[in-house]
Amino acid sequence: MVEITIRKRPRSEAVVTQRKFFKKTARGKVIKVLRERYLRDDVGCGIQSCQECTESCTPQANHLVMSGPDHGLFPDGHFLLPDTNVFLSQMDLLESPLFRPPIILLQTVIEEVRHRSLPLYNRLKALMAMDEKSIWVFYNEYRSETAVIREENETPNDRNDRGIRKAAAWYTTHLNTNVRGKAPKKPPTIVLLTEDAANRQKAEKDGLVTLSVRKYVEAMNDASQLLDLLASESEEIEPTRAASGKQFLYDEYLPSATLIGGVKAGQLHQGHFNANQYNYLEGSVSVPAFSKPVLLIGRENMNRATNGDIVVVEVFPEDEWKAPADEVVDQDSTLKNDDVESGDEDDGEDLVARVESKVVEYEKRDAEKQPTGKVVGVIKRLWRPYVCHIDSTSLTSSNATSLSVQTVFATPVSRLLPRIRMRTRQAPSLIGQKILVSIDRWDVTSRYPEGHFVRALGKVESKEAEQESLLLEFDVPYRPFGKAILDCLPKEGEQWVVPQKSDASPEWRDRQDLRDLNICSIDPPGCQDIDDALHARLLPNGNIEAGVHIADVSHFVHADTPMDNEAASRGTTVYLVDKRIDMLPALLGTNLCSLRPFVERLAFSAIWEMTPDADIVNVRFTKSVIASKAAFTYEEAQIRKDDANQKDALTEGIRLLNTIAIKLKAKRMAAGALNLASPEVKIHLDSSESSDPIDVEQKEMRETNSLVEEFMLLANISVAQKIQETFPQTAVLRRHMPPPKTNFEKLQDILMKRKGLALDVSSSGALAASLDKCLDPTEPAFNTLVRIMATRCMLSAEYFCSGSVARDTFGHYGLASPIYTHFTSPIRRYADVLAHRQLSAAIGYSPLHPSLHSKPHVERILGVVNKRHRMAQMAGRASVEFYVGLALKGREERVQKSGAGAVTEEAFVIRTFRNGLGVFVSSLGIEGLVMFKKDLQFDAENYTLSIPKPGSADLVAISVFDKVTVRIEVEKDKNTQRGRVKMTLLSPVDSKDM
Amino acid sequence: MGSRIEILNEAGFRSDGRRQFELRDLTIDLAKHGEADGSALISHGLTQVLVSVYGPREAKMRSHTFHDRANINVEVVVASFSTGERRKRQRGDKRVLEFAATIKSTFEPVIRTNLYPRSQIDIYVQVLQQDGSTLQTCINAATLALMNAGIPMTDFVCAVTGGVHSTSPMLDLSTLEENDIPHVTVAVMPKTKKVVLVTMETRLHVDRFEEILNLARDAGAILHQEMKEAILARSATLVALAEPVTKNQNKGDDDVVMD
Repeated sequence: MVEITIRKRPRSEAVVTQRKFFKKTARGKVIKVLRERYLRDDVGCGIQSCQECTESCTPQANHLVMSGPDHGLFPDGHFLLPDTNVFLSQMDLLESPLFRPPIILLQTVIEEVRHRSLPLYNRLKALMAMDEKSIWVFYNEYRSETAVIREENETPNDRNDRGIRKAAAWYTTHLNTNVRGKAPKKPPTIVLLTEDAANRQKAEKDGLVTLSVRKYVEAMNDASQLLDLLASESEEIEPTRAASGKQFLYDEYLPSATLIGGVKAGQLHQGHFNANQYNYLEGSVSVPAFSKPVLLIGRENMNRATNGDIVVVEVFPEDEWKAPADEVVDQDSTLKNDDVESGDEDDGEDLVARVESKVVEYEKRDAEKQPTGKVVGVIKRLWRPYVCHIDSTSLTSSNATSLSVQTVFATPVSRLLPRIRMRTRQAPSLIGQKILVSIDRWDVTSRYPEGHFVRALGKVESKEAEQESLLLEFDVPYRPFGKAILDCLPKEGEQWVVPQKSDASPEWRDRQDLRDLNICSIDPPGCQDIDDALHARLLPNGNIEAGVHIADVSHFVHADTPMDNEAASRGTTVYLVDKRIDMLPALLGTNLCSLRPFVERLAFSAIWEMTPDADIVNVRFTKSVIASKAAFTYEEAQIRKDDANQKDALTEGIRLLNTIAIKLKAKRMAAGALNLASPEVKIHLDSSESSDPIDVEQKEMRETNSLVEEFMLLANISVAQKIQETFPQTAVLRRHMPPPKTNFEKLQDILMKRKGLALDVSSSGALAASLDKCLDPTEPAFNTLVRIMATRCMLSAEYFCSGSVARDTFGHYGLASPIYTHFTSPIRRYADVLAHRQLSAAIGYSPLHPSLHSKPHVERILGVVNKRHRMAQMAGRASVEFYVGLALKGREERVQKSGAGAVTEEAFVIRTFRNGLGVFVSSLGIEGLVMFKKDLQFDAENYTLSIPKPGSADLVAISVFDKVTVRIEVEKDKNTQRGRVKMTLLSPVDSKDM
Repeated sequence: MGSRIEILNEAGFRSDGRRQFELRDLTIDLAKHGEADGSALISHGLTQVLVSVYGPREAKMRSHTFHDRANINVEVVVASFSTGERRKRQRGDKRVLEFAATIKSTFEPVIRTNLYPRSQIDIYVQVLQQDGSTLQTCINAATLALMNAGIPMTDFVCAVTGGVHSTSPMLDLSTLEENDIPHVTVAVMPKTKKVVLVTMETRLHVDRFEEILNLARDAGAILHQEMKEAILARSATLVALAEPVTKNQNKGDDDVVMD
């Protein structure tokens, strides 16, 4: 039984324990709120050797140990007590593994950080959870001695500062009485760390030890490495010369009250800022008020917004609306001469301004006009550390070897971001490296944002650095699993086996014994985490029994354990070309859960009885024990099936599965499912160790791929129906919304004008039918190309909680299924784990964890999973792109050795610009850009570019969907060290000199 | 939402500094209020309720009486200033009527009504301040007021509100907590451990229910201690006053009555 007590709150203390404030409701009504607070004496100080607080300090494991004598200023040991502004501006320093003094974190500080910035708050939470940091959270607002109450005429900020000082003072006296240093020594010092000079002054008056972050770090042993991590905001250093220039380049943002009011009144519009990857001087914001996104042209109108920020825009009157540029503008080449250190009033800048103004001029094309406007405020910055290269030209050659501070440009890898101006001491050593840079601020007087160095990732083009930068760029959590998580694994480790069948063993409870069935798995070659296995057999009544067996991950991963929480935050396994970042520890993913052949494994089975026409008679779900008889690759399974001599039960099973799969697919297609295409390629690696790419080829689709796919779809749909029936409020489902018709407008127009083909987008069935008709007898790949382009017009599928959206929006557009979920890959997707738990509860095998009954909880988890899923896809694609680059380089060398000249490939034109062509090389699955130096004759209406033939006056017209031959080279960008694919036209016109 | 207050933080503190199983400050004032036969002013934290009991007395309307037992009449008034937002509740307000009916059905089996046939016992409940767990406070106050009025009852009735945040149960919820988490109000008779009332307006998972119910019963016993002490102390002062008027004469008895 727990101890229940009544907390007493003496009336005499009401001044401190009661809080009164006025709050304005959304409707504008003012209400008085009265809250009480119970002050206590059992809030622990968290210091290990404290005699008084030993009992009240839980958990004991987190106790702070006094720092060693390694800090120059405090040989007797010390504890850090940082102010809120330290966390707001110097998070990178605190996150550095080199920075590890014991930290006392006040409740006031946590709350203030949360109030000021949610992303920083999340980082702070992660910091608190890190094993190697020693941080104790002190709930100062609940401790009777340290609680403060806001006084009259005191701002909340001042109140918090006072609270922090009071806590520091309390700690100092508390340590004096309760903690003795060794023998005659003095007790350790409490160091109040704050960036606010006024706060420091007041603290000194109170007799506290207080330092600025810079001063503190300077006296540390690792000072030189840590100093670079300091944000440039510290008041001690002067702003860079350019930033201090008086000239205003941007308009100030409107006050936030005006912004919110304006958005509410409909005069201003709020949305996410999307930078244009082809043109750095253009961005757009999608707002609900307009069907087309609001266009922002030129630096002034983008007004310091960076990709992803939530901004507020003002839309210009309609006669000032413009069409998006049809030109490619590259920041690197346009701004080569921009000087970092020089002020914005220099000639160099004028040149930049002139180039830019030329670029920004537009010809008026009425048809494509879009609402145009400017950014007037930023609601929320989405700044995070970015992977960058140091721009070597921005270094002054004179101090290329010195270790003095200099200002340099860092160019982000992502083309969506502006370059970042930063100060560093290590500039020369950072050249040729990938580094992480954080943005600190962007002033109206500065053309570029200012940032600071976080850490170096490694040499450019080394696989480790590229891999890590990819993971960082897409926000993939890749830290190894912590001890708490590994503790959740079964104790037997590798030796774990399914126990002997008996009624007593918990593993066998309510499990069906399917070990005798001829079950096999079919996967891509080299697959280690086998999620699914299949079987089929003829029943005596002429029907067919087909079963899908999924790894029983929920048997090992229980809700609300550290392992479960980690998996939920990872959301999905990320597959890079040569690396897999697991969602679950490898022991589970590749061994205990993986349905490997010849061993007994726990599974969750869905078993159907079907008529020979593939109509489902019934379906049942059961937990089971299986023993897979074989693990095939798609190719092996295909060969086995096609070999008429093979007559064993396993092969017959595959044949049976295949005949059903063909019928299932036909039914799905008849219902209007889309057959989509995405450029998928396979990278051949030299060997698993060296992972040098040898070559690229397109992925082959076999009959067996489709076999597995059909059964997985069937299982997912059946499970979706079951869990939605049982848990109508919280079932974890997946949907694909039909795309808005406007998404297809451009593609329809191009198809009509160039090929005379019509695309019917009224429904998925109609689209599928008209895509089938998009044929060019002379060009078989044309159909695939159109499918790829159509796929890009669609929305992406998402997970959702069944209670949070209307029933009629459950449908999956691409699959033409009214309901769908993910069930079949619990080893690598977290949503599947949730679906497993819900299905297990639905069949009465285990009770549902209470968290899965709560709609907000499920919504929150799925929000994270959706985001991770998207990021994982992008990271995977970027990784393939990087390896394609490497492979191309290898091929180029080989081709040159053999004397053939250059790598050439056939490509399709997919986009036309005034000065370039967007092309798609299907054999490599990459998109590229062919740029021309001079302006050419461009017919935007007909998507046609006319290029003069060298040596003659004739023009060759190239339009969208034309087939061209391109020369592919990998060149290293001089400024950024970024290897990139460069394409030039070879036929019909050789554009080498153009 | 960013500024959302954490209901239960990692160190196990609730938003007002209490731990999971700590009840709010309880103050009991049993002094006589005006004409009432018995009254009690009690507060759980910032929720404050005044209950006045009249009777047993003759019913105003003949039709409201029973020939074999007393009729219990409960009227609830929620002061318009009791919440932050001023809100006038009409007498006929459905919510308030339901509230009164709940209190009435709670006390019907506890008050020995069969001792007073053809009469009426009036319980007037005035909610002065609200900060969560209003029903709990009303029931506890009514118990004390009935005892103060000398009406025979089989046992105390002690009510506690319990809620569950994700998977951790907590007791005696404030408005902030009530708005956010599912909760149950449970009234028990501590001597017999019988439950006289369980009421719930939010959805709570079955698996959690038993745990909370048991907790609330245990908490009821703790409250019982406190309430019993208050009643005994009140009786002691009254007994002291009833002593032959000798020693206490010079002290002035009015002060004592006012507590």
